[in-house]
Amino acid sequence: MRIGVPRESRPGETRVATTPTTVPHLRALGHEIVVAAGAGRASSFPDAAYAAAGAEVGDDDAAWRCDVVLRVNAPADGEIDRLRDDAVLVSLLAPALNPDLLDALARRGVTALAMDAVPRISRAQSLDVLSSMANIAGYRAVIEAAHAFGRFFTGQVTAAGKVPPAKVLVVGAGVAGLAAIGAASSLGAIVRATDVRPEVAEQIRSLGGEYVAVAPAEQTVSADGYARETSADYDRRAAEVYAEQARDVDIIITTALIPGRPAPRLITAEMVAGMRPGSVLVDMAAAMGGNVAGTVADEVVVTGNGVSIIGYTDLPGRLPAQASQLYATNLVNLLKLLTPGKDGRLVLDQDDVVQRAMTVVHRGEMTWPPPPVPVSATPPASSPAASVTPAAPKAAPSPARRAALAGVGAVLLFVLTALSPADLRGHLTVFSLAIVIGFYVIGHVHHALHTPLMSVTNAISGIIVVGALLQVGHGDAVVTTLATVAVLVASINVFGGFAVTRRMLGMFTRG
Amino acid sequence: MSVESAVQAAYVVAALLFILSLAGLSRHESARAGNAFGMAGMAVALAATVTLAARSSSGTGLALLAGAMGVGAAIGLWRARLVQMTGMPELIAILHSFVGLAAVLVGWNGYLSVEARPGEQTEVAPGLLGIHSAEVVIGVFIGAVTFTGSIVAFLKLSARIRSNPLVLPGRNLLNLGALAAFAVLTVLFVLEPGLGLLAAVTVLALALGWHLVASIGGGDMPVVVSMLNSYSGWAAAASGFLLGNDLLIVTGALVGSSGAYLSYVMCRAMNRSFLSVIAGGFGNEGSAAGDVDHGEHREISAADTAQLLKEATSVVITPGYGMAVAQAQYPVAELTRRLRELGVPVRFGIHPVAGRLPGHMNVLLAEAKVPYDVVLEMDEINDDFPDTSVVLVIGANDTVNPAALDDPGSPIAGMPVLHVWEAEDVVVFKRSMNTGYAGVQNPLFFRSNSAMLFGDAKERVEDILRAL
Repeated sequence: MRIGVPRESRPGETRVATTPTTVPHLRALGHEIVVAAGAGRASSFPDAAYAAAGAEVGDDDAAWRCDVVLRVNAPADGEIDRLRDDAVLVSLLAPALNPDLLDALARRGVTALAMDAVPRISRAQSLDVLSSMANIAGYRAVIEAAHAFGRFFTGQVTAAGKVPPAKVLVVGAGVAGLAAIGAASSLGAIVRATDVRPEVAEQIRSLGGEYVAVAPAEQTVSADGYARETSADYDRRAAEVYAEQARDVDIIITTALIPGRPAPRLITAEMVAGMRPGSVLVDMAAAMGGNVAGTVADEVVVTGNGVSIIGYTDLPGRLPAQASQLYATNLVNLLKLLTPGKDGRLVLDQDDVVQRAMTVVHRGEMTWPPPPVPVSATPPASSPAASVTPAAPKAAPSPARRAALAGVGAVLLFVLTALSPADLRGHLTVFSLAIVIGFYVIGHVHHALHTPLMSVTNAISGIIVVGALLQVGHGDAVVTTLATVAVLVASINVFGGFAVTRRMLGMFTRG
Repeated sequence: MSVESAVQAAYVVAALLFILSLAGLSRHESARAGNAFGMAGMAVALAATVTLAARSSSGTGLALLAGAMGVGAAIGLWRARLVQMTGMPELIAILHSFVGLAAVLVGWNGYLSVEARPGEQTEVAPGLLGIHSAEVVIGVFIGAVTFTGSIVAFLKLSARIRSNPLVLPGRNLLNLGALAAFAVLTVLFVLEPGLGLLAAVTVLALALGWHLVASIGGGDMPVVVSMLNSYSGWAAAASGFLLGNDLLIVTGALVGSSGAYLSYVMCRAMNRSFLSVIAGGFGNEGSAAGDVDHGEHREISAADTAQLLKEATSVVITPGYGMAVAQAQYPVAELTRRLRELGVPVRFGIHPVAGRLPGHMNVLLAEAKVPYDVVLEMDEINDDFPDTSVVLVIGANDTVNPAALDDPGSPIAGMPVLHVWEAEDVVVFKRSMNTGYAGVQNPLFFRSNSAMLFGDAKERVEDILRAL
């Protein structure tokens, strides 16, 4: 199959669908690659690098005419006609928002795979462009905020005075939110984060953030890994939390998106007005209308009280080389899935849930929306929240039961001893005391010395040789023979046990 | 001071030396002194006993005695010098069987020299004969169970027989039945001692010992070996009662309680009761781990692992029995040394039931010259995993399985495990994706921060060394 990589036509797009690093991987699958001249320029990948990696550098038309076309953005109206009749187009398509685009593709008779329709199941993680772009966007949001914020992120004590650390609130701890938490906390800020899904609290903490719960938590464990709309009661409580946080923090990064819906309005104009001058808001949902009142997509708005609201929608594109690299790798993983024979033949398996979900138009036939693929980010329903019931270690016997056992033991020992003749009574005394001493002495043994302990106890249990020794020479031949054998085997124990212990202990050395 | 009283005094000294010996083993610093105390105690006890035996024994008796001890000592020292540290479990198991055998023989001799010669014997007062008979039966019983049990354990550990559990129908009933039969036979023997009855008890106990260990699987061997250690102690103590010898009683009780304590530690580490281990292995009830989609695992190359290690700020290695099987402890020790030279701190996290013997991993690492102060126990290291860059899981599976904590339906639910998944990256050395001893799939392999390094552990570690 010939794979074409045309130039991106969307104004301001810096990314490219294939990089010189991924070209050899595609070639290894048996494909030929045609890259439009200048396609990678904005991502700092010159044509020469593609050529060196084994791709053919041609003009834009040549790339459009290939069997498979890899793109970042959906084709513009004029571009759909440039596709071949039986072409396979792989791109971000936002199928839920662009029914017209799907219609146009279906009319053209092509097959279209939407990279933003990858189901959220573990197996498909390596194809998940939304995750890889969100990761970059989260990082970049922090960088943009740091750029616009007139102070340090980290707290310092300098000769010129003490600098308090910046306080950052991240709203929504999805992939982007988590990336933002990680980036902000590694810059030294105090990071807080909220999310409607209480199960992400642990992930927030693992990245150095502090989980701010909208208590009492509403159980919204999601079946498909994405957040859903919340109840009115929850929203009211959340608003109180946001208002309180807004007065306290320097930077707010919002990432709340609900697939296929306008972004929820979380930060109101009053909350923005309550923030200190110089504070920064980064609204990562600007493209979907924004989480913040007053957001303008692709622009930075400075409010009357000196608060900057950043509404960039091209955050991943602001890290072009990185974004292209991750996007291109996601595409390589997709093509690996589509080229099972590694022979350059593309096989689209509509029984595979991943491929089915991504295929929005199949040979001119509209196949969106796909049947739902449940399962995912949370473990299957059998244990609603995995960490809720860690099986407790077996409970220790209750004190009453323990006392009863001790009592029974004491009575048994009493009866046994009381009924014994004098001789046996002495032995029983020695025996009981020795067991107690044994437990106390062994209880303190270091775990690393358990094996030497076993071999030394082995050696001393060879003390039975004493018994056998006393039987040799008494009585008849049979007794003597048996005793001799007993002496022999017990001696192996005594000498072997001590010798091997000595050898082992000699090996333990201190660092 | 008569010879007898001198011998009794020597026994007291010997018993105290044994206690000091076990106490010495509690710390690395005093462990060698502890072993020396043990040898001293044994020397005192043997010298005293030989002196006593020499007074009443004939010339041939003495010669036999010296010969037997000489041969035994030679064999023991020879094996001790040659044994591989990976072969320690087998050696210890076979040594247990010797104690068991000696106890059986001493018991039989007790019968032959007393009960078998009614009227002639002068050792036991007629009124105490019943107690003597009971002591004989009990001593023989414990000894025989220890003997065959240890032999089966030895065969399993040295892979001479298959180590999966033998499942006979109604095996718990068989064990209980054997115990009941033993009780009945004991009563009969006390009432009327006879050769046939004693032989029956012996055969019954031999069969019971065999069945008991044969029905326990390879991964439960740490419990089995320490259990047999305990039995061998009780066997010695029983012989002590039989012969009226306090030294044997004290020593037997010490060894018996030590083995029992170790068994307890091992069982606690698996969150299982002693009885459930005896009653049989894992895997029979394990239908909980069904066809759950765990997702896909990720592979990593030795070179990438080396890179990961070089950039790490701290590394923890959690070895399991697989390391011993692959004989990977030497390259692992070399890896530890190299990383420490590169300024990367390396520590080891040992699960109590890793290996086939309590403390087995520690001995293997010590043999490969890994300093013991970087080898930590599970409880000592579990809190440090979140601050660890890379964890290498070498030949361990069930002991690092997060399902033990997360999945109440798992057969190993509740077992304390090493929380390796809390580290930044986990590299799992494994031959294939097969399940561990408990037959449970390990969700660790499918976590996003773990990667699999397939192949022989020794070769893979050597590859990493080359790539460093």
